[in-house]
Amino acid sequence: MPNLEHPAYPAATLLRLESLVPCRESQVSMLLSIFGERQQFTFPSIFIYGHTSSGKTYVMQTLLNTLQLPHVFVNCVEYFTSRLLLEEILIQLQNCSFETKHASHVLCDTFNDFVRMFKQAVTSQDLQDQTLYIVLDRAEQLREMEANILPAFLRLQELTDRNVTVVLLSEIVWELFRPSTGCFEPFTLYFPDYSIGHLQKILSHNHPPEYSADFYAAYINILLGVFYMVCRDLKELQHLAALNFSKYCEPVVRGEANERDTRKLWKNIEPHLKKAMQTVYLREISSSQWERLQRDDGEPGQLKGLSAHAHVELPYYSKFLLIAAYLASYNPVRTDKRFFLKHHGKIKKTNFMKKHEKTSNHLLGPKPFPLDRLLAILYSIVDNRVAPTANIFSQITSLVTLQLLSLVGHNDQLDGPRYKCTVSLDFIRAIARPQQESIDTF
Amino acid sequence: MSPPPFAPLPLPRSIPRGWFGRYRLELGAREGRHEHVLRLQADYFREGNNDSEDSGLRFATCQSLWKQIKSETEQIQEELNKQLFDNLVSFLRRSHSEFQEKTTEWTCQMKSSEIPTAALVLGVNVTDHDLTFKSLSEVLQNNITPYVALLQAKDCPGIKNLMQKLMGQLMNCYIDVDTSDEEDWVQVSQNRIRCSMASLISWYENITKKTDSETPSKKRTSSRHLQSPPVVVIFKDMESFTTKVLQDFLVISSQHIRELPLILIFGIATSPMIIHSLLPHSVSSLLCIELFQSLSCKEHLSTIIDKLLLTTQFAFKLSEKVLQVLINIFLYHDFSVQNFIKGFQLCIVEHFCSQPLSVLCCRLVEAKKRVNSLSHSQCENVRRLPSFRRYVESQVSEKQIALLTADNFLKIRELHCACLENRVWETEEYESSLQLARMLNKSDLVTMLQKCVEIFASSSGKEFDKVVEKLKEFLTQFQKLEVAGACQERGESVSSQKELQKKTDLYHLQKTLLELKESRRSKKLTKFEMLRFEVVDFIDNLVRNYLVPADHKTLHEIMYFNTASALREHLNAAPRIALHTALNNPYCYLKNQALKSDGGTISNKAPDICIVYKLHLECGRLINLVDWLEAFSTVVMAVEGPNAAASDQVDDIIHARFIRAVSELELLGFIKPSKQKTDHVARLTWGGC
Repeated sequence: MPNLEHPAYPAATLLRLESLVPCRESQVSMLLSIFGERQQFTFPSIFIYGHTSSGKTYVMQTLLNTLQLPHVFVNCVEYFTSRLLLEEILIQLQNCSFETKHASHVLCDTFNDFVRMFKQAVTSQDLQDQTLYIVLDRAEQLREMEANILPAFLRLQELTDRNVTVVLLSEIVWELFRPSTGCFEPFTLYFPDYSIGHLQKILSHNHPPEYSADFYAAYINILLGVFYMVCRDLKELQHLAALNFSKYCEPVVRGEANERDTRKLWKNIEPHLKKAMQTVYLREISSSQWERLQRDDGEPGQLKGLSAHAHVELPYYSKFLLIAAYLASYNPVRTDKRFFLKHHGKIKKTNFMKKHEKTSNHLLGPKPFPLDRLLAILYSIVDNRVAPTANIFSQITSLVTLQLLSLVGHNDQLDGPRYKCTVSLDFIRAIARPQQESIDTF
Repeated sequence: MSPPPFAPLPLPRSIPRGWFGRYRLELGAREGRHEHVLRLQADYFREGNNDSEDSGLRFATCQSLWKQIKSETEQIQEELNKQLFDNLVSFLRRSHSEFQEKTTEWTCQMKSSEIPTAALVLGVNVTDHDLTFKSLSEVLQNNITPYVALLQAKDCPGIKNLMQKLMGQLMNCYIDVDTSDEEDWVQVSQNRIRCSMASLISWYENITKKTDSETPSKKRTSSRHLQSPPVVVIFKDMESFTTKVLQDFLVISSQHIRELPLILIFGIATSPMIIHSLLPHSVSSLLCIELFQSLSCKEHLSTIIDKLLLTTQFAFKLSEKVLQVLINIFLYHDFSVQNFIKGFQLCIVEHFCSQPLSVLCCRLVEAKKRVNSLSHSQCENVRRLPSFRRYVESQVSEKQIALLTADNFLKIRELHCACLENRVWETEEYESSLQLARMLNKSDLVTMLQKCVEIFASSSGKEFDKVVEKLKEFLTQFQKLEVAGACQERGESVSSQKELQKKTDLYHLQKTLLELKESRRSKKLTKFEMLRFEVVDFIDNLVRNYLVPADHKTLHEIMYFNTASALREHLNAAPRIALHTALNNPYCYLKNQALKSDGGTISNKAPDICIVYKLHLECGRLINLVDWLEAFSTVVMAVEGPNAAASDQVDDIIHARFIRAVSELELLGFIKPSKQKTDHVARLTWGGC
């Protein structure tokens, strides 16, 4: 383990910092050496990327706070327009120092204004002699703002002529950011995923005060054994660990086992965790419901998950419309005559072909079809006569709003709207069952 | 589902002066838009029928009846939703108290703070949801928090619009709660509020601080709310929200859940699976979702029908056909209870408007009074009713004359009829259930009989006393039979099992099984079935005696709305058919005698577009424009005699008229330009040769 070393900061602070960022020491020391001393200019922009919960935000925040570097921290998802973003940066900048708390209203429409006001703010806050860090979290959102925002941030140091560094945090690689017109290339830094060992170490770090660290570490070990295959998200794992820990402790609390009786504890918790993986982890049932179940010692089978309620009750003609839409989406047009007309002639020859087509059609996914074809199929699969009333048409629209059908192309295209059926074969089967309409034959 | 076009009442062209004044006096001096509309509706009542005698009274009766029915339906809905709302409220309380627990505990610190979310599955009848959400937000505002925001997908195409809408609703609701501070808020809203989470949070901090420091007298109003009340955001139509907007909003709000206690309610029309298909795991893991399911719309409707139609509370009734139309719309098309009620309203309006005798369609006591004050022309109306004629014809001849002449006599008969009407409510339902009864098994039959006894016992009529006794007798017989039958069956099954053990080879086994079945069937017929038939016959007789179909009753027209065709016309709009009729038979809409044509001939007096449309009906999928033009000019020139038609050259004006008509057809979507052949257009409708 490399100890953090830097001449500019006291060793005690560095030691504290190191204890706060387990498994990220090398990245932190790298950043420290890039940052240099307080007054030194550093890279105009730094781009840090890595998977979800690989500690980017956390490391940056801890680093800047522990070393007490002047900084502004903005989440680009939260400030979704460029104006909100720029204004937020200026507001935070004004509140940087202690005495100003008047939260004055900042008006900043363009980047030009921003540069001007930024300079003023830096002067008024007395920040000229040290590097100011602007951290933009979820920086991928910047690509959706005006085209000049991202390149301008990358060159902020040059544009303002102040000692400022912009740090971009993102989950995607720099190549996806680079505008076609080219821009200033930032320094890129990669945060690798935590390995299972890292996860073990970090999760064991915060053990509950009532139990020993070893006991909790053993629990984390079992937890990772179950969940590591499906989930590497640190936050989620921590959440799951907290949720299920009381169950793990149960035998100890009841006095049936002691803390070192690992095997017994494992036997107790393992099926429970597996159940959790199928329910809580998928948010089939909520965490609070899970906790209540644990407390009452109930079986998770009692609570039905969200997907247990998959059946949708539809009006009679809506069902047929949906079935017709499904048939139109998955059958080629040329087979319509064969399937839906009474006197269609040759069947035997095409029997083999039909089977072949069916499998491939389901693999290819739904195809768009025009409204008229949908209605024609509807008329042929409904036994009695259907009048093309406004009710039928409005049902098509409501099926679209329910996301069971989807409109292909533009909404404003009035002549010949085209639809796609977005539901699965199982869904259609469930709907068609009471209608005795066997889909497989088509 | 979107509501079917509800035909608005056509407004009269002119308001008759004298009557106008009279009605205004009746209504009193209150002024307002609503009243104006009422007046216009009343006028419509008057215009609809020539004799205006009772139109005011009829209108008032109609209004009061509708008012009663409306409040009744609202009450029913409230009762039906009570369970659901109670669950929701307790969920909100629970999750909020969990949220407010001190976070010093280790597990609370380690757990990620999820946003409490209620997934509210309401069924596909989207038109009903508005009312549910309205009452839900009222309930929440009364019990949980003043801060409730309702969001609709169509208002929120982007996260910015969503935030705007949310903040607008929340900050307005503050004004609603406490009007004294209105000035402050007007000032702020004049300033440009930054539409971001940060300003929402600062607003929330301000407002909670204010309510905390309020004087005790003021605090009384907010005491029913929770401490530092949560902000409830309701997404009315979860399915229609775009993924990105939802994701962004959830990510943002989960970051500030500590500062702004947010609770979400997702209104879901299809199935809760939609949450998973809309949100990726990284976002759905920010939520703590619990599921709530509303009552199914079918149950809702059956309660409504029970309370509105199968009761003596309301004098107005629907005939079988009309009810069938409404129920068909419900089952086949939209599952919407609101639409059903609207259809019912239409029936009421139609009935009172078109049937002059509907003035008698009210409570019995009231009806008696009105019968006594019937005028001569009204009595004439009664005589014209077909059901009355039938009744008259069945009487002896002297009586016939009396009935037709003496107004007083008529009035007495009518009273009797009104009495009878009240008991006819079970008609159709009983007829159909009789079939079912023949196939019922024992236990069902017994419970049904018990119910019948209850119903008859509760109804006051003396003639039913005998019936009750008879039924009770049947019940005891059944009980005896049950005991005996059980013993017998047990014995039989034991013996047959023994028999089965003896037989080992498959063929014999099958044979005995079949035999066993047969014997059982015949045996049962002897005892149980005999009694069953007896009971069913008895009930059948009973039904035949007392529950005569409504339209056999004399004067049923007063209370039963019968014209299903009118209703169908209003509720089942058929745009394609209407368009075809208009173009094919313009007389139907224009009412010009010159256009009156019989059959397939094309009149040259018809509008150009009609001629072009009729000609195009004779073509195939592709239409040759030149041929079409020639046919058109032939039809148009037909009137000008043979010498005009002789010229080969088509007149420029006719050419222009043709082009205009064709482009109108294109606009209406009947044809479109085709690239398959030059000078051809393609037909977009069916029916080509």
